[in-house]
Amino acid sequence: MNKMEKALYELTEMDDLAARSSPIHGLCPMAKLLSTIAYIAVVVSFHKYELSALVPMLLWPVLLFQLSGIPVRTCFYKLRIVLPLVMAVGLFNPFFDRAPMLALGGVAVSGGVVSMLTLMLKGVLCLMASFLLMATTPIDHLCAALRRLHVPGMLVTLLLLTYRYVGVMTEELAVMTEAYHLRAPGQKGIHVSAWGSFLGQLLLRSMDRAEELYNSMQLRGYHEHFHYADIKPCTPRDAVYTLCCIALFLLLRLVDAASLLGGLFVR
Amino acid sequence: MIELKNVSFSYEKDRPVIRDLSFRIAEGESVGLIGANGAGKSTVMKLILGLCSGEGQVLIDGEQLSKANLYRLRGKLGFVLQNSDNQMFMPTVYEDMIFGPLNYGVTREETDRRVDAVLDRLGLQELKHRHNHRISGGEKRMAAIATILAMEPQAILMDEPSSALDPYNRRLVINVIRELPQTRLITSHDLDMILDTCSRVILLDGGRIAADGPAEEILRDRALLEAHRMELPLSLSR
Repeated sequence: MNKMEKALYELTEMDDLAARSSPIHGLCPMAKLLSTIAYIAVVVSFHKYELSALVPMLLWPVLLFQLSGIPVRTCFYKLRIVLPLVMAVGLFNPFFDRAPMLALGGVAVSGGVVSMLTLMLKGVLCLMASFLLMATTPIDHLCAALRRLHVPGMLVTLLLLTYRYVGVMTEELAVMTEAYHLRAPGQKGIHVSAWGSFLGQLLLRSMDRAEELYNSMQLRGYHEHFHYADIKPCTPRDAVYTLCCIALFLLLRLVDAASLLGGLFVR
Repeated sequence: MIELKNVSFSYEKDRPVIRDLSFRIAEGESVGLIGANGAGKSTVMKLILGLCSGEGQVLIDGEQLSKANLYRLRGKLGFVLQNSDNQMFMPTVYEDMIFGPLNYGVTREETDRRVDAVLDRLGLQELKHRHNHRISGGEKRMAAIATILAMEPQAILMDEPSSALDPYNRRLVINVIRELPQTRLITSHDLDMILDTCSRVILLDGGRIAADGPAEEILRDRALLEAHRMELPLSLSR
């Protein structure tokens, strides 16, 4: 299996995860979407020095991983390309903010290090929450829920079509790469001199495809309004789940659970 | 049902692709549009569907195609694209099937009834909630036909419906096409398929009609076909 085929396989794996059955998968998409948005909003709202207060926010994704039956390692494996980028956020903070903030075993830790770790943790938590949403909700249901939240139709359509066609374009890229390697044996990757024509070809193919696709939509009566899947209506159970989640997030935001717990052991 | 009157069209100035083309397809007729590469088959399809416009008249159900009635008249036509990936743009087969009817104001209940009826007829119920990028090429082609049938069009236009299919799936598609009650216009290089599905053939060459008549007659005429860079269907050349 070459790299492209592997990428394609990984992409389709998300559908398999979303098609599983668990108490979380069974919730209405709107409940999952709202709770995820609330979670991300609360995580982002923590101050850059509130590292210890942020740690208990891990509780929610851990619970979801348990209840949905999705392995944590799958999450980190799938996010392996994005995670380093997220980790890189705030990497320079220790150089700008050198004032000591706390001491760990006699070693002074600067505010810059704390803020860097906070930013990293925020990024990881937000990614985990987004992954869990995608892994427990089929994309069409997610788009339908986004439209119900009045997210602009154009954006939702873009998301839907991108998800549908990223695989198709990867397939095209795989074919082009294979054709290249068959005529360039022993060469690792694609030579820099071919990058321009490679991207140009891909762009042309994408444009051709986009035109055909638009024609196909128009021929079936498309006039700037997309119809999405009927998602099941929210039940009292979904409402209770959403409210409980939001209450938990607010509690963890307003009460520094880590300090409280720590206070039990340290004076 | 579909009529072209003196239609001419060119993509570039002074290089006409379609030249003074006229033909009429009656309701319920099944017509094969054949010709070598560059003969103008796909352009004729585009002209009928209003995806491009040239000189002359294109009439659907006696009404001339124009910007004002394009949306309404397109509702009477269904087009099956050569590349099913371009046709199946929604995540699942079901969503693709409801796209057309809902856009034409059919109620959700009626749309769902149509979807189930079409899937039952084609034996595709198990594909209903499958993701489009997870189904095979043959299944995708059948599903693409299903999306068009759910619109209940009066005429169906198909561009190379048997291309890139294995023999089994090709036969499945042929059987489905044969049983369609609608008016059909099919372009293809697969002349055996045309022979199996069409009663009439229009042979195009250089944007003009080179021959128009019963499929059996035209597709058996080796001299005619070879004069227009084509060959006898395999089933007739043995």
